[in-house]
Amino acid sequence: MVDYLLTEEQQMLKELAHQIAEEKIRPVAKEHDETGEFPWDIMKIIAQSDLFGVYIDEKYGGTGGGVFELALVTEELSRACGGIAVCFAASALGTYPILLFGNDKQKDKYLPDLASGKKLAAFAVTEPNAGSDASAIETKAEKKADHYVLNGRKQWITNGGEAETYVVIAMTNRSKGARGASAFIVEKGTPGFEFGKKEDKLGIRASATRELLFNDCKIPQENILSREGMGFIVAMKTFDCSRSGVAAQAIGIAQGALELTLEYAHQRHQFGKPITSFQGIQFMLADMATELEAARALVYSACRMVDSGAKNVARASAMAKMYASDVAMKVTTDCIQIFGGYGYMKEYPIEKYFRDAKITQIYEGTNQIMRGVIAANLVKELAKKK
Amino acid sequence: MIKIVLDKCTGCTLCVKSCPFAAIEIVNKKAVIDLTKCNLCGACVDVCSFEAIVIEREEEKKDVSGYKNVWVFAEQKKGLIQPVVYELLGKGKELAQQLNSQLWAVLLGADIKEKASELIERGADKVIVAEGALLANYLDEPYTQVLVDLIKKYKPEIILSGATTIGRALVSRVAVNIGAGLTADCTGLEIDPESKLLLQTRPAFGGNIMATIITPNHRPQMATVRHKVMKESQIDTSREGEVEVLNYNGKLSSRTRVLDMIDEVGKTVNLTEADIIVSGGYGLGKPENFKLIEELAEILGGAVGASRSAVDNDWIPYSHQVGQTGRTVCPKLYVACGISGQIQHLVGMQSSDVIVAINKDSEAPIFKVATYGIVGDLFEIVPLFMKRFKEILKK
Amino acid sequence: MKIIVCIKQVPDTTNVKIDPETNTLIREGVASVINPFDMYAIEEGLRIKERMAGSEVTVVSMGPPQADIALREAVSMGVDKAVLVSDRKIAGSDTWATSYILSKAIQKISDFNLILCGKQASDGDTAQVGPGISSWLDIPQVTYVKKIEKIEVDKAIVERMTEEGFDIVEIPLPCLFTVVKEINEPRLPSLKGKMKAKKIEIPIWGVDDLELDEGKIGLNGSPTRVVKIFTPSAREKGMILDGKAAESVNKIAALLEDVIIG
Repeated sequence: MVDYLLTEEQQMLKELAHQIAEEKIRPVAKEHDETGEFPWDIMKIIAQSDLFGVYIDEKYGGTGGGVFELALVTEELSRACGGIAVCFAASALGTYPILLFGNDKQKDKYLPDLASGKKLAAFAVTEPNAGSDASAIETKAEKKADHYVLNGRKQWITNGGEAETYVVIAMTNRSKGARGASAFIVEKGTPGFEFGKKEDKLGIRASATRELLFNDCKIPQENILSREGMGFIVAMKTFDCSRSGVAAQAIGIAQGALELTLEYAHQRHQFGKPITSFQGIQFMLADMATELEAARALVYSACRMVDSGAKNVARASAMAKMYASDVAMKVTTDCIQIFGGYGYMKEYPIEKYFRDAKITQIYEGTNQIMRGVIAANLVKELAKKK
Repeated sequence: MIKIVLDKCTGCTLCVKSCPFAAIEIVNKKAVIDLTKCNLCGACVDVCSFEAIVIEREEEKKDVSGYKNVWVFAEQKKGLIQPVVYELLGKGKELAQQLNSQLWAVLLGADIKEKASELIERGADKVIVAEGALLANYLDEPYTQVLVDLIKKYKPEIILSGATTIGRALVSRVAVNIGAGLTADCTGLEIDPESKLLLQTRPAFGGNIMATIITPNHRPQMATVRHKVMKESQIDTSREGEVEVLNYNGKLSSRTRVLDMIDEVGKTVNLTEADIIVSGGYGLGKPENFKLIEELAEILGGAVGASRSAVDNDWIPYSHQVGQTGRTVCPKLYVACGISGQIQHLVGMQSSDVIVAINKDSEAPIFKVATYGIVGDLFEIVPLFMKRFKEILKK
Repeated sequence: MKIIVCIKQVPDTTNVKIDPETNTLIREGVASVINPFDMYAIEEGLRIKERMAGSEVTVVSMGPPQADIALREAVSMGVDKAVLVSDRKIAGSDTWATSYILSKAIQKISDFNLILCGKQASDGDTAQVGPGISSWLDIPQVTYVKKIEKIEVDKAIVERMTEEGFDIVEIPLPCLFTVVKEINEPRLPSLKGKMKAKKIEIPIWGVDDLELDEGKIGLNGSPTRVVKIFTPSAREKGMILDGKAAESVNKIAALLEDVIIG
């Protein structure tokens, strides 16, 4: 194994997340995948173990780590179930805007409950007509005397309905396009804020993906994050931090699938020998393990870069997210191949990894958008040199 | 302290294999004992062919003469003598005969003296009946007070009690109070022909090793005995014996109070007392399928047991769990349906007389302890058994 | 509420394998864990602490120096303090001597309302040490507790598991409970707990610290003595059938006739 020189504390939280994954998540993963029931029991266990606060300052009740700590936990949880892991990771996605852009009052009010896991958070950008193109957001926030009035609809919001604290991107000035967007903290239970359809998904089925509906929903003025017009920046900076989380989810899913496959291949006998003795299988396993390790190295580097306070992390985060998710899709596809017919059957756990892996290529910026971000950065750098 | 006699040690490794605590290593062809792991149990001393290991202890010989007779604690619940008492009387009689002494039963209750005759019919030479309002149902303190009082007065040589919830709690307190040795959960009791000491054999490490224990210098020698291991004594209505009734009213006190006694077992049989147990495990697939187990148990007049995974999945209450974290059972017949036989389960049932295992996996560890096993689908096999058993029982 | 939990470090038998030839436990590489029943005692202590402000949970273990690891594991779950009782002179203590030594350690801690123990240890299976401790301390006890219905500083109402069901028992504090599995589901450690466990100082108390009577401890002070340890004879190899179900059933049912009519 590659040694990533984790600190003692990082090693500790990784072990703890591993223990939760093996003892608590793995036994219930199939059931949640089938029923789509939100894994509250597991969320409580993660909360009790202090893992919701691994990237939050100690003064808010966290343990003071950063994106890397968050990634280590997400990876370990994803080994057992990508769906349950995303319930955890999506709360971080909803917390990051407050962590990065909240004022002291907002941080004091919201972070302690999010760090302790008493409440979950969610981040709401996507709409029916605004996916990759955030400037097409239609939800609007109208400024009144001491409050804003929110109207519109958000779609496919992870943790929707289950979370208590939402960060919602809405237009305060349509005419300015992306620069007319603002970010608001909206609490569950605010009049005019309701939940719509719960989605039936291919994978990560333990997680809740739901519509948010805003009908003349009054938001106090103090709930705006940063200031008007900063919504797009809030979203982009949040994604810079959270994309490594998706990348960590991808390597966790791939790692979990590879472990099961290795174990299976070793006990599966054909032609009188375990199939691991055939070169065709060996090469597949070797490629999977190597690509996965390369992805992990890239993800960890990107995380450490973000945590070091480096300025332009967009490219590294995009590379990590794109590469790790592509590797996860390839690894889980090949894992099914090695399982053969059994791999295609729901009775065996491997097809779930394949279904769970797919979303990591899509959400928090599709891999096509990621390539766009990377290319744009390359061109920009070239232009600077000239 | 334990020592290796280096001149005698040949480095043969017999002791290494015998050590239940993995405390011995061979270094430079001599045994070395890791004293932080050693529990001084003496297994290595016994196994060494060269007398190369010695445990030294200060042998002070206390005078323990003056203690006489074998006592059985006659546990009663709601006025009924518990079946394990008859097993204790069977064994107690044997021990008393070897010691040329008498077998006494000690019966505590509120208004219980007419039950004394049952104990005499089962072999007691004398019954001490202690009566008092606080003795109606089991309470740690008054029961301890009475037993300690009687022991001081009559000085019995041996006291046996069932390894029941009550027995285990009671005699532990009594032993501390009077400074007696106590061995838990015995499955074998004998008198050493030479020393006349009680040899108490009990399983440890979940039944994977057996230990024989003595109490050389303290009296009485006390033991709790596992259910269903000793043979019940037969009823002989012609037997006669002495009954001494003592009134403890006003002499006892209790800080605890039993507010209510809830009976949950219902129509099924108490697991530890059952002669036949039918158990279900993870192979049942879902809680509804426990009906099948219950039906088979009912036909056989047996109790329903379960493996840990069935209990952990909330298919059946914990009180049915057999195994290390549940109950240890020892019935005449144990039928394991859809139980793979994890070690935690095996240790709780492997001393059953006859074990029948039904499992679809021919490699399941349960088949290693099974007397009879069928590899196959329990949903096909159990109904066939029900049909056959009904026919047999009709005959 | 001041709570003391007594724990024991035991070999992890859940992962133990049996040597098929000698029919003995394969001990090499077997990890040591907190006795499973003691985990329920720790969890129950923590739950009471969470319900009652100003509570404190202390774990005590008697054993070799490496039992320190078990105590740190308890701290990682949220226990406040830990004490190890360890001394070469106490090796070989039986349950009588062990309960004496632990009761002296508890007296040294002195400030307590409640003592919690697991029902029994998974290696010795005696269930004697808990009641022994309460006897030495002359406090009331309830064994086999499956539920604490109500607990206050001076009184508790608990359910005691019996062979037939359960009893509801009222008891004044200070007292001792031994607990069964049904009482709760132990938590996993927390990150903050693990960090605390790394740093916490665990005092080691020996014979002199506890002013133990040397006539009551160790091999010489124990009333009982092990004279022989042996491996039980393996069960005879059984008859395992994998043919037609109906035939197998008929064959075995016939062999069971005596047992079921018995």
